[in-house]
Amino acid sequence: MALLEVTNLSVQFDTPDGAVTAVNGLSFELERGQTVGIVGESGSGKSQTVLAMMGLLASNGRASGSALFDGRDLLSLSPTALNSIRGNRVAMIFQDPMTSLNPYLTVERQMTEVLELHKGMTRAQARVRAVQALDAVKIPEAARRLGMYPHEFSGGMRQRVMIAMALLCEPDVLIADEPTTALDVTVQAQIIALLRELQREHGTAIVMITHDLGVVAGLCDKVMVLYGGRVMEQGSAESIFYQPTHPYTIGLLGALPRIGQDGNTLLAIPGAPPNMAHLPPGCPFSERCRWAEPRCASERPALTALPEQPGVLRACHLSPHQIVPPVEAEPA
Amino acid sequence: MTARTPLLSVRDLQVRFELASDSPWPWAATRVLKAVDGLSFDIFPGETLGIVGESGCGKSTLARAVLNLIPATAGSIVWQGQEMRGANTTTWHELRKSVQMIFQDPLASLDPRMTIGQIIAEPLHTHLSALSQADVMQKVRAMMQKVGLTEQQINRYPHEFSGGQCQRIGIARALVLEPKLVICDEPVSALDVSIQAQIINLLMELQAQMGLALVFIAHDLAVVRHISQRVMVMYLGRSMELAGKQAIYRSPRHPYTQALLSAIPTPDPRRERHKAQQLLQGELPSPMNPPSGCIFRTRCPIATAACAEHRPELRALSAETEVACDLV
Repeated sequence: MALLEVTNLSVQFDTPDGAVTAVNGLSFELERGQTVGIVGESGSGKSQTVLAMMGLLASNGRASGSALFDGRDLLSLSPTALNSIRGNRVAMIFQDPMTSLNPYLTVERQMTEVLELHKGMTRAQARVRAVQALDAVKIPEAARRLGMYPHEFSGGMRQRVMIAMALLCEPDVLIADEPTTALDVTVQAQIIALLRELQREHGTAIVMITHDLGVVAGLCDKVMVLYGGRVMEQGSAESIFYQPTHPYTIGLLGALPRIGQDGNTLLAIPGAPPNMAHLPPGCPFSERCRWAEPRCASERPALTALPEQPGVLRACHLSPHQIVPPVEAEPA
Repeated sequence: MTARTPLLSVRDLQVRFELASDSPWPWAATRVLKAVDGLSFDIFPGETLGIVGESGCGKSTLARAVLNLIPATAGSIVWQGQEMRGANTTTWHELRKSVQMIFQDPLASLDPRMTIGQIIAEPLHTHLSALSQADVMQKVRAMMQKVGLTEQQINRYPHEFSGGQCQRIGIARALVLEPKLVICDEPVSALDVSIQAQIINLLMELQAQMGLALVFIAHDLAVVRHISQRVMVMYLGRSMELAGKQAIYRSPRHPYTQALLSAIPTPDPRRERHKAQQLLQGELPSPMNPPSGCIFRTRCPIATAACAEHRPELRALSAETEVACDLV
């Protein structure tokens, strides 16, 4: 059995305008040492997916389906049982390290708290372990910096502190919600190299949420592409990047300016992301899809396996050979 | 370069901020932050100059200093042969008819209490007050159509629009005066990938139509490569390399440019997993206390002892490439 098995996960919010489904029927498996990437634009439901797994949904949110971690369903555990897993065996790092660290407490207090709670260490033992953890994420002068407050660190260093904190208990699963989005490219490259190294050493499984396809390519074994709260396409990183079959995946890859490529017009996806409260009854992407047929707007395509590409699941009425990418614009 | 005359010519521009001293003594010297430290570049009609660099390198300060939104401390800004440094308010007011700006946060840069029509008409009221109301509205409508907004949206408010549409409104407001130069300060970094592509395509289309020159500031090198003819790489307020886009992306010369390019993740799993990455070590030094000599030497993989002694200025390596490094 896989380490993490998510089946048919859905997240609903009660809003004044009625129920809004943010995530709809998501399923994936994650083995030890593997990385799964969840990609999508803002509002596609990628963050809500993992918040639901961690029991961190807003008070008007409800999750259904199941998320089996090591045989136990995270969605139906009591808060006490969940607390013994969260931060201990499943840890999370967030996008903005400044707002997710407590500005009133020193890094030492925030890190030792985790160890005292989960591992029953004394403060002195916890302190030694915290210094090791900061060393492991390559923060220079770890012992001295342990006594500092979050605002005394730079953005990249703060994200390292977050990673060190998440890895204190050597979790089996690390959930990273846009961990490098707020960082500069050179710092991003450092953080990704660090995550890769830590994964190699500890065999941690990583759930990586990002909108940056480049980050996914470098880190992930499996990729899920989300749009309007639904999976459009999921499969191995190779299949998603080299043989995308869903119009949205093709659109996303075409919209990306690339360093090694000349060409004058980017293949933009027309229109804007959908309003989650008023999704079309059919495929959520149908309004922006250049291949959409009348039935796409009314009939929802099921997520089905693709016989030509084993392991790939896609939700589209059209078969891959019907989707011919538009001719690339001639370079001027 | 050719004998073309530049639209805008910036020489040795410096912007310094004086900060309160952190010493308790009133007689202690004030601390000086050099946000922009001796930058020179030209912009020719119709071309796009990309400016890249990491956060805190002075890109936005540079953009604002060129428009006198932040006064420059030293250097010269020559607009079509006229020296603008020390010019009076009226002269700057005239200049802003031809130089406009597009901002990073599309929603925050629009007044929430004005309708789209009022927002786009405002530059016309300010700079072309002789125009009749009918002419103004006609220009506004034409501009809205050009940037892909519909006429029915003219009486709506900014909050009713998505980020991408707000950026279209920002572009309409900047272009309605038919400027010669538009300074775009991270215009697409707040947008989703699919929307980002729409806005970049729109900017390039309008540039071709209206013959605009663009200064395109961004931290995303792939975006800058896509839109620019020449690229300037900044680090801690100084220019590290200024070169044509082919040259800078195919054969970057400065060690910082090389590191920056190698850090960009590409959507290609096989390449990403096997690429030999040149990771920069350490952190950006404080601009309050920059390293002596070459400011990049503390993180440079090829730095020698001599780099601490002498500060390299941009020097031409070829017709297209200027590099501020003594070792290449």
